Parts: sequence; C-alpha cells; structure tokens
Amino acid sequence: MSLAVTDRSAPYWLTAPGLLVFLGLVIVPLGMTALLSFYDWGQYKGIVPAFTLKNWAEIATDSYFFEVFLRTFRIAILVTLATILIGVPEAYILNRMSPGWRSVCMLVVIGPLLVSVVARTLGWALLLGSTGLVNQGLMALGLIGTPLEFMFTETGVVIALTHVLVPFMILSVWASLQRLDPQIENAAMSLGAGWLTIWRRVILPQIVPGVLSGSIIVFALAASAFASPAIIGGRRLKVAATLAYDEFLNTLNWPLGAAVATLLLVALVAIIVGSNRLIERRYAQVFE
Amino acid sequence: MSHLVLEALGKSYGAVVAVEGLDLAVERGEFVSLLGPSGCGKTTTLQMIAGFVPLDRGRILLDGGDLAAVAPNRRGLGIVFQSYALFPHMTVAENIAFGLEMRGVGRAEREKRTLEAMALVGLKGFAERYPRRMSGGQQQRVALARALVIKPALLLLDEPLSNLDAKLREEMQGELRQIQRSVGTTTILVTHDQHEAMALSDRIVLMNQGRVEQIGAPDAVYGRPSSAFVANFLGKTNMLKGSGDGAGRVLIDGFAIALPGAGPGPVALAVRPERLVLAAPGAPGFGGRIAGRVFQGSYWLLTIESAAGPLTVMRGNDGTAVPAEGEAVSLSFAPGDAALLADGGAS
Amino acid sequence: MRRNGPLALVFHALFAIFMLAPLAIVCLVAFTPEGYLSLPTRGPSLRWFRAIFAYPEFLRAFNTSLWLAALSSTVTVAIAVPAALAIARYRFPGREAITALFMSPLMVPHVVLGIAFLRFFSQIGLSGTFTGLVLSHVIVILPFALRLVLAASYGIDRRIEHAAISLGADPMTVFRRVTLPLILPGVVSGWLLSAINSFDEVTMTVFIASPATTTLPVRMFLYIQDNIDPLIAAVSACLVALTAALLFALDRLYGLDRLFVGSGKG
Repeated sequence: MSLAVTDRSAPYWLTAPGLLVFLGLVIVPLGMTALLSFYDWGQYKGIVPAFTLKNWAEIATDSYFFEVFLRTFRIAILVTLATILIGVPEAYILNRMSPGWRSVCMLVVIGPLLVSVVARTLGWALLLGSTGLVNQGLMALGLIGTPLEFMFTETGVVIALTHVLVPFMILSVWASLQRLDPQIENAAMSLGAGWLTIWRRVILPQIVPGVLSGSIIVFALAASAFASPAIIGGRRLKVAATLAYDEFLNTLNWPLGAAVATLLLVALVAIIVGSNRLIERRYAQVFE
Repeated sequence: MSHLVLEALGKSYGAVVAVEGLDLAVERGEFVSLLGPSGCGKTTTLQMIAGFVPLDRGRILLDGGDLAAVAPNRRGLGIVFQSYALFPHMTVAENIAFGLEMRGVGRAEREKRTLEAMALVGLKGFAERYPRRMSGGQQQRVALARALVIKPALLLLDEPLSNLDAKLREEMQGELRQIQRSVGTTTILVTHDQHEAMALSDRIVLMNQGRVEQIGAPDAVYGRPSSAFVANFLGKTNMLKGSGDGAGRVLIDGFAIALPGAGPGPVALAVRPERLVLAAPGAPGFGGRIAGRVFQGSYWLLTIESAAGPLTVMRGNDGTAVPAEGEAVSLSFAPGDAALLADGGAS
Repeated sequence: MRRNGPLALVFHALFAIFMLAPLAIVCLVAFTPEGYLSLPTRGPSLRWFRAIFAYPEFLRAFNTSLWLAALSSTVTVAIAVPAALAIARYRFPGREAITALFMSPLMVPHVVLGIAFLRFFSQIGLSGTFTGLVLSHVIVILPFALRLVLAASYGIDRRIEHAAISLGADPMTVFRRVTLPLILPGVVSGWLLSAINSFDEVTMTVFIASPATTTLPVRMFLYIQDNIDPLIAAVSACLVALTAALLFALDRLYGLDRLFVGSGKG
C-alpha cells in the first residue's frame, strides 16, 4: 500500500533526494559564506580563520560601501517604477488583444527572456554608446547638440535592467488580469463610469496584488543584478553584486567579499519577506 | 456464509466519526445500495471495501477471508468511479484491457475479452477512441466495461450515474440492472438518489451520520420506514400524531387502528400520501379540512388540516369529483400502510 | 471587452521597439563588413560569423553549455518529480518548509550563490570541475522544474490512480503507466525551462567556472569586459537566432503562455 494515505514516511522518502542536495549545496555553503565574513584577511597572509569583526566594521564605517549599497537600491527602485509604468499598460493592452495577436505579441514579451542577458545587455551597450543609435537619432532629430552620456551611468544601467526585467512585471500583472471578469468593464460603463474612473476604481484595485508581487520580483532581481551593471556600468559604477565580484576575483579579499554578499542577501530577504507580509495583510481579501 | 460480510465496521477522521458499527451481509449476485445524504458515510464504506481508506474498527470478509489484509491492487474488485476516472492517455480498448494486462492475460485472449466487454456495454466500434472525445454516457460505459472485464468478485459503483442528465440516467439505470443480472456479479452501489437506489437494488442500506438506519428490500423500506429519517428521505410522507391505548391500538380522533407494538401514550405514524383514503364526512376515519389543492395531471395533491396534524394526500385523477378547498372530509388508512416510527417522529 | 484604441496601439508599438531594438542592433552589427562596430551600410557580410571559428573557445564554451544544460536539467527533473508528487498529494509536517526551501534559490541573489559555491567547492576540491557546475546549476534551476511539475501533479484526479490500483496495478506500474504519462507535459516543459535557465546562467557560473569549464555566457561576458567588437555581436546574433528557433518550436509544441504564465522566474 505504498501509495496509500497511511504511509506516513512516503513524502519524506520522495523529497529526500532534493532535501539532501539542498542541505549539502545551499545551507552548508551559505553558512560557510556567512562564517567566512568573520575571517581575517591580509595581502600576503591570505585568509586567516580567526574570528574578527574587521570586515563588518569596514563596511559599516567606510562610506564607499554605503554609497554602493545606496546606489544598488536606488537603481532597483527606479527599475521597479519603470517596469510598473511600462508593464501595467502593456499587460492591459495584451489582455485586450485577440488571441491570435496576443500569442504573437507574447513572443515579443517572452522571447527576450530566453536570450542570454549578456547578449541583451550587449545590444544596449551598442545602442547607448556615444556613437550609438540612440544618440545619433536624438541628434538627427535636433533634440540634443552633443551626445548624452549613457554608458557608465546609472541611467544606462536602469534602461538596460528595465528591458531585462519588464517581462516579469507583465507576466505577473497579466496573471491577475486574467482573473478579471471580462464583463466587469461593461458593468462599470453601464453604471455611468468613464474610462479613467473604470481604471482607477475597478481595474486597478483588482490588479494591485499582481503589480505588487511583480514589483517584489523585479526589485529583488534588479538589486542583485550582475551582468548588466557590470557591462553598462563598467568598472567605475559599482553595485553590490559587482563589488562582491571584484573583492572575490580581483582583490582576492574573500572575507570582505563574503561580508558584502551576506549583507546583500540579508537586506534582500528582509525587504522581500517584510513587503510580502505587508501585502498579505493589506490585500488578504484579494489574494483569495 | 454470505459472499461479503461487513462486521462492526468503523472509521474516524480525528474526532469525526465517519462510519460506526456497520453490519451488513451481502449474498452472491445481490445488488445492494448504500443510500443516504452526503456525509452519511456511504462513500467511506465503499472506499474501505476498495482499500483506499484503511478501516479503524471491524472486519471485512469476502468469502470468509479477511479483505483488509489484502493490498488494494490484489483485491480483484471492479470499481466504477463517479468521475469515471478513465485513463485519458489511453484509448477505450487500452482502458478496458488494462486490468487484463495487469493479470498477465495473453494478447489474443485480452483482445477477445475486451471486445466482449465492449459489446456487453454497447460500445462496439469505439475501440480506438480516446475518452475525452466521448459523451458522458459513453465514458460511463467504458468505465463499466473496464470494471467488469476482469470478472471482479465484487462490483463497486460510486455514484456512477450522477454526472448524467435525467433522461440518460433513467436509460442507464435500466441497462445497468440488466447487465448486472446477466453477469451476476455481486454489486454495491453508493448513491444519494433514492429513485436510483429503489430502481436498481435488491436491498437498500439507508445510512445517516455514519450509522445504518434501515436495511431491506426497496418496497419494504419505502412502505415500512423504521424512523422519521427514513420515511422523509425515501419519498414524501405524512407524520401522523396519535395515542396508543396500551392494547396494540392507536387512536386518532376516535379512529382506532390496530398496530401491534404501539405502546401507551403519544405515538407517531408514517403514512404515504398515496395511501391515505378520502371519504365524505361521517365515514369511518378521522376528520380534516381541505386547505389547498394542486393539479398535477395524473393526480391531485391535496393539503389537509386534520386531527393528526397537517397532511398531504395524493388522489388519482380518476374522473370523479375532488373535494374543494374548505370542504370537510374524513380520512382513513389500512393498518398495513402505516409504519410505527421508532424515534417517535423526532427528526 | 472593448478593443484597444489608437493610443494603446502606439504605446504597444513603442514597447515592441523597446523590447526588440537591442536584439535587432546586435544582429545588424554582426553583419557589418567593417573591422569596427558599425551598421552594415555597405551591404551585409558574413566575415564576423566566419571569424567565430577562429576562436575555438567560443565553440568549446557552447559545447560545455549544452552538456551542462542537458545534464543539470535531467538531474533536476529526477529530483523534482518525486518531490512534486509528495508536496502535491501528502499533507505532512514540514511540507511548507520543504517547499519554501526548494523555491529559495529564486530569492537568493545568484552572486551570493556563486560566492557560496566558490567557497564550498574550493574547500571540498570540486572547484572549477564540471561536476561542481552541474551541482550548482541543479540548485538554481530546480524551482522552475518543480513549479511546472507541481502544477501538473495538482491537476491529477487521484481516482484515476485508484482505478489502476483496483485493476491490479502495483505502485510502480501505477507510476509508470498512469501517473507519469499524466504529468508528462509538466515534466517536459519543466525540463525545457530549466535547461534554458541553465544555458543562460552567467552570474553564478562566472564564479565557479574554470577556463576549462567556461560556459558560453561566461565566455561572452569575460570577452565583453575586455572589448566590444563585431565578433561578439556575431556570437550574440547566433544565440538570438538559436533562441528564436527554439521559441518557434516550443510555441508549436506547447504554447508559450502555458510554459511561462504564472512562472515568474527570479
């Protein structure tokens, strides 16, 4: 009767392979990384497994780290706002398309998701360079006299990340739009509501959970993004992920890099869990 | 020894008792229905026989052997599920042959028996069809053929007709009964539909809140319900209040009727609407007044305020005059048409 | 439902341009006949595509990526199927926690995972090995496979399995003949989605790949760090073409919305 409900140990046997892999390959390495952040390091002596708060003290006192983390979260917030501004109307438009057109347009949304983020960011590097298409176009239109600086700026990073992450927002909002009764707009209209009122009073309140969960996904991915900021931001415009990368693979100061990584993880988890709590409390009735 | 014996069967989910003290003996070839409202424990009982739900108390014996000790896949029972539970990725023929394959039946024999089973349920020519391309009634037949082809010791039917529309259901009832008669398989049907239970079964087991209320042939249970619950669940009924004289007679407004077993004091009787007889005032019986009448084509439904309480009387449309609203009447019934309710009508 | 107005269609067109422009520019630059970054104004040339073959490390990296994607997604599915069945059909203490654990790689930044694996693998001697790569990829792609297999497992009517049992099938036969065929679409799309994610993973892999086990995205990333030229545009164009072909095939086989909607990846 191994498939019967009486077999209490069955679920544990079935999840055991995954549990073993995850305990061995997630919990242990993450624990080791947290531990590593308390180790000492020197240019010549390398990693010294002696407990010290040196790395954490350095992060807390050196304004450089504060600046990098501030920039990381500033970029993440800007990207989240941009994906909301673009993604919500686009999801709404997609939802109103005929099924044939919609599946074609979904390719435009989903397709780029499957292309390596390196190739997509390369595209933006080509577009945004001082002789890139965007600058040439803007100059040809007479909107600007001299090329704008996108490369190695936060603006450039925000544009590239918005492109990379906007599909997540669209998919999330679209999922909540699909739960909407198609007749609901007509119902609102028959009661005398105008276009703006329908949006504000009828549509928006129902898709807010989708927007919020999309925002959490986008924010978390933007704050931990690596390849796009590394390519567009270059070596000068550091974010938390590229900073940790440098400490590990260029400076070779693993303990300091581990501290940066641990801080990023803890900050992100705190933000995600905290906002999830808030959303669930506020919108408990909308989340069935 | 009976074919299937359930002995003091019991099952609890936490503090909730699903089935308690169920005793039942089913003879070979018999068609027995477990009938009751949802949550009465009938499905749990079926699941325990099938082996999908382990039993907490009691025993299940098949031909004297303990069925609970046999793994569900070795019990050799044919089951038709409410949702049919056909394998959607297999054709009709593959669905039906699955059980034979599990028994290691050779290919030629398998094909022969599959075709026979399909012919039995009237599905000739559907072998290569996939279930989702079939109507509900056809899927029902596939499920029946799949269960019967393995020549099961028992056929268990779990609300098999509840997903069909009314007309098709009636048709399938007749067919199901005829097929069961022809193969002679002992059958247990679980249903909440009293008409289905009465139309199909040799005996009905009426269940309520995990317990058996009454077991008997359909006409016996219908005609002589043992409790108000049974009387109400099986068709329309009237509850008559009277008083026993302690000498085996019940008195209603001066009308005396012999009912052995009636104790002294207040008693409750159940009499079916079609068994109450109307007569002009003054005739032997108890008094009443017509409160309303509704024409139903082949019969009239009369509501009457009487000395025994409010009553419904069914009167055949035989061309004679029907008393009008407000008219006084006299009511009576034969002793054999009244059932003494054990619970005093409390329900 | 009302149709989209002209304003909506303009917005939609601008959005489509925004989404496709970077991919289009990469493909255009790849066809340049010049020796520097430029649009092919003098007509297209295949010179930079031919140049790829002069850089065997790209081909080697592509090869590594393919094997890595195939192997890690196969291992992942082998872990995800039993886990999904357990989560979908049993209520057991720890069920929520186990599900959250399996989904956690979506929340943990890949940089952090890369660092953790680098530290861990260098301690246990798996540093820079292909085995290490497969193990680490299994972790980050498991949530994708699990989510799709889970959705398929929830959709199964248990009574279909009960029917098979009542007809005499033992547990292994029920799984092989009934359960697995029923969840197969979820398993296949789970495998594909996790293979794609493995193939594209760069952030974590950049920490743990050695020169001998470099994957294609990592190779491209390191190349771009040094300089951007038409060669890397040509490599990227090949990737874009490959993805487009795969998308087309997938859309035909399954329908893309089925594959992605409700599977917001992290």
